[in-house]
This record gives sequence, C-alpha cells and structure tokens, in this order.
Amino acid sequence: MADPMKIRAKLEGDVLDVRVLMAHPMETGQRKDAAGNLVPLHFIQTITAQLNGKPVFEAETSQAISRNPVFGFKVKGAKAGDKLSITWTDNKGDKRTDETTVGSG
Amino acid sequence: MIRTLALCAAAAVAAAAHVPPAAAQSKPPAVERDATTAEFEKFRAVLEADNPAELFEANGAELWKTPRGPKNASLERCDLGLGPGVVKGAYVQLPRYFADTGKVMDAEQRIVHCMVTLQGFDAAALARQPFSNETRTPDPVAITTFVAGQSRGMKIAPPQTHPQERATYAIGREIFFYRAGGYDFSCASCHGEDGKRIRTQQLPNFTRADEAIRSYQGWPGYRMTGGVMHTLQWRLWDCFRQQRFPEPGYVSDSLTALLTYLAVNARDQVYKGPGIKR
Amino acid sequence: MKRCAALLLVATAPAIIAPPAAADDPRAAAVATLQRDFKARGITTTNLLVEDGVQAICNRTDDKPPKEIAQRLEQDQLAAIRWPADGKLVGDWKSGEQIAQNGRGMTWSDPAGAPGGGSCYNCHRIGPQETSFGTVGPSLLQFGKIRGYGADVQRYVYGKIYNAKAYNLCSQMPRFGHAGALTEQQIRDLVALLLDPASPVNK
Repeated sequence: MADPMKIRAKLEGDVLDVRVLMAHPMETGQRKDAAGNLVPLHFIQTITAQLNGKPVFEAETSQAISRNPVFGFKVKGAKAGDKLSITWTDNKGDKRTDETTVGSG
Repeated sequence: MIRTLALCAAAAVAAAAHVPPAAAQSKPPAVERDATTAEFEKFRAVLEADNPAELFEANGAELWKTPRGPKNASLERCDLGLGPGVVKGAYVQLPRYFADTGKVMDAEQRIVHCMVTLQGFDAAALARQPFSNETRTPDPVAITTFVAGQSRGMKIAPPQTHPQERATYAIGREIFFYRAGGYDFSCASCHGEDGKRIRTQQLPNFTRADEAIRSYQGWPGYRMTGGVMHTLQWRLWDCFRQQRFPEPGYVSDSLTALLTYLAVNARDQVYKGPGIKR
Repeated sequence: MKRCAALLLVATAPAIIAPPAAADDPRAAAVATLQRDFKARGITTTNLLVEDGVQAICNRTDDKPPKEIAQRLEQDQLAAIRWPADGKLVGDWKSGEQIAQNGRGMTWSDPAGAPGGGSCYNCHRIGPQETSFGTVGPSLLQFGKIRGYGADVQRYVYGKIYNAKAYNLCSQMPRFGHAGALTEQQIRDLVALLLDPASPVNK
C-alpha cells in the first residue's frame, strides 16, 4: 500500500478545516526519464472524505495536479470526537485510506 | 620571473597585513529589503504551512527504527552527539567532535557513519548516488530529514569547546572566502555582502548572525521543482557546481568545515525544521 | 624568502605539502582538505583549486590589496588581454542579449566544447524589458547613452568583459575572455548590447 497521508483537522466552532498532504508521484504521462522514455501516467483520480462514515467530500482529480499534493476543504457540522476518514484512488487501481479523530480545536 | 618575484614580495607584505575576516558581527544594521523581495518572502511563508517534507520525515523515522542492512540492526543505538539513540535536539548541536572517530562530523556524515558501522551498509555505495531525483530518495536523505525535524524550534548550538571544533571552524572560514576556479568565485562572492540578489533570488550574507540562519533554515528542504527532498550536502554540492569548481566528495570534511562555519555563525538563531523551496 | 618559496610551489604545481596542523595554519589546512576532497568531473579539474596569481593576492588581502600592488597587477592583467586582430570591438546586440541571458558554461554539468553564456543578468540590470535581474553588480541600463559610444568606451567595455581584474584587481566579476568562458565574437556582441545606439539598453 502507498505511503500514509498526513491529515490536519482544526475545529473552529462546528466547522472543520481539513488539510491533507498526500504522498503520490502524480506523473503526467508527459515527463521523460533519464533514458528518454516517457514515464507512464500515474495520478490520483478520486479523493473522498467521510465523517463518522457519512460522505462529506468528493473530488475527481486530474494529472495536472502536482506531486505530493496538499488538499484543503471545510466540513460543516463537525464536533470533537468525530472520526474523519480520507481515501484516494489512482489510475493504476492503487488506494490509500487514513483516519484521524477530531480534537477539541 | 620578475612578475612572480613581484607577486612573492607582494604576498609577503600582504600575508603580514592579513587579518582574517571577522566572524559573525553583533548588531550590524538591518539589511534593507526591497518590495520585490518582501513579496517573495510572503509567498514562501504561505508554502511552508503544508510541507511535503513531513512525508520524508515520516519515512526517515521508519528507517531509523527498522532493523536493516547486512547486520540487520536499527539505527536506535546511533550516537548523534547527545548519546546513543538520542535524536531530539541533536541536529542543532552538530557539527561536533566525536571521540570514536577522532574528528568533527556533521549530521548526514554521522548518519552515514552509523549506517555503515551499525548496519553494515557500504560507504562507497551510499556515495555513488547520494542525491534525490524524481523517483528515488536515498535513505540518508530521509533519515537526515527525520533527524532535522526532531530539532524543530530549537536554537542552533554547535559546540566550539573542543580544539578540533574550533580548528574546523577556522578551516570552514578559509574555504568560505577561498576564491578559485574559472570564475574566481568563493562562497563570499555571493554570500558575503548585504542586500544582493542573483536574478530574483535573494542572497543572504552568511557572515552575519541574523542571515547565517538562512543557510541552515530551509534545509533539509522539499524542492517543488521536481518534488525532491534535498539536504545541505546537496545544496553545498550544487553551490560548488555553480562556482565552477570541481566536485566535492559526499559527506567529505571540506563540507563539514563549511557547515561548521555556517552553523557557528547562525548560533542562537531558532531552527524551524525542514523547509520548502521553489 | 621561505614564504615566497612556498608560494611559488603553490603557484606552479598541485600542493603536495604535508598539511600543517589546522590551528597553526588554517589556510594551508583548508587548501589541503580541498585538494583531498574534491574530484575532477566533466570539464572541471582539481587544478582549478590551485590559486592563480590574482586569486592568491585577493585571498590573502580580503579583496583589498594595497593600492600600489593592485595597480601593478592590474597593468599585468591589461597587458594579457587579447584584442580582436581586426580592431572591431562591436558586434550584434541581438546576439548579445541572448548571451547575457544564458547562464551556462564552465560547470561540470556543461558538455565539453559547448558554447556558454555570460550569465550577465545574474548580476546586472541590463535591458529595460528584463525584470529578472540581479544586483550583485551595478545596473547597466542606458550604458552607452550615459557614457558615450566612442572608441575609448568600446575598448573599456571589451576589456572589462574579457578581464574585469585589469580594471579592479579583486572584482567579483569573472574574467570571461581570460578564462575562455566567452569567445571573441560573443564579447563583441555583449559590447554591442551595451554600446549600440539601436540596442534597447540605450533607448
């Protein structure tokens, strides 16, 4: 399985400010390696987030996004103790899920 | 012949008059920043908020505690200067003298030493391709990033108590000011004056305490160009390339001496941990 | 006289002197360390670490040599400049702009025989359109307009680019002609960039 994400979730009132750093090569399919060969397309295609099992965020992403990307989004209606789970899938069928418990902010 | 003799006489006079350049001065006037530079600094601050370097710190932490190499040992007994296995605060107290090797060593040099002696890795193999590229981050780079992160928020404090530590600082200072190579450049050619920049890249004056920190701060650094993790070993190597010098050896004593000079000049400034670069 | 002999040795051959204890002579220890730790790569050699006369003097005087010595040695550098045989010092400013923008050459990552540039914008403001310029050297904007376009100025600019140390012994500006970083034609084109009345620099 791919390297773990780093999730930061800050609670301000009932709004959860989430920033997640993902480890992924995000190859555009246009880069050439040292030998001059095209490095194949390899990028995160979907990102989803769930709060206590309920979907709160969905994104379809493209290869235009840079390597080791950082995503930020806000979720309304969160509280301390909630479980935030984030999953990405990529075009090679690889997948990664990481979780964090919301602190009291 | 006459010219050489004249040069000799000149050098004899000059050597007598030579006073080594002053180390970090106290309270020099603040360096002026123009509006362009101020904007670049704001941009950099925004980038630092979420730094992919953290991913490499996490990798390095794993490598530190995992038994690996021909001896199937972890690095948890590696002495970075504060005792075997003590990582917190070690990075900012390097370079320093080590009795077991009888020399002053910097962080990455010491980590490589531990990988060789504790884990049985081959030093020559580690030196063959020591720098990151788009697809590969060498283990010493990830481990150095982890170790550096464990000094986050601490003051730069390399010891200068052992005579060899002081001698290494003096050698580092000589190297810093040594003009040579096809362009007659020394480190000081770019980093010895206030308020200068190359193209739009601001050049900190490393002879000043308040700017010497900028040689340490930001390294190890995640370079967005290529998405690669680099340490000071890479940064000094690439500096010498641009200085039109031949190639410095990986974790060689010349680089340790320079790092000692920079770290001592930056003494008491706070190290904020691994950084992010354009 | 002993110091002189040591200096001649340094100037003529790679230093194979046993390094003195660092505490006694950090300079000698530094030079020995550099020679031990650096390797030739690409077009670079370890001989580049051996100071030539100008570097040796500047290194020992913190770039502030005594005036009489500096003047004598500047004259030596001036005498060593190779001027174009046909006396033509001004080339094509459009090529000059490209050469000024080009930062390649003389590093171990540059292929042997490939033409390099002058890296001029690294240190200088030059043309009015280029905002990505350095401040290590003075602005050259309006150079010809301010200083004139005559033979004297042409000679000064050509000479300065060829060997800046002929005019200021410990200048931080590289000796582009002297070191073989730029060709005769390239230097002419840079002269044109600064001194052709039609160049954007002088508009």
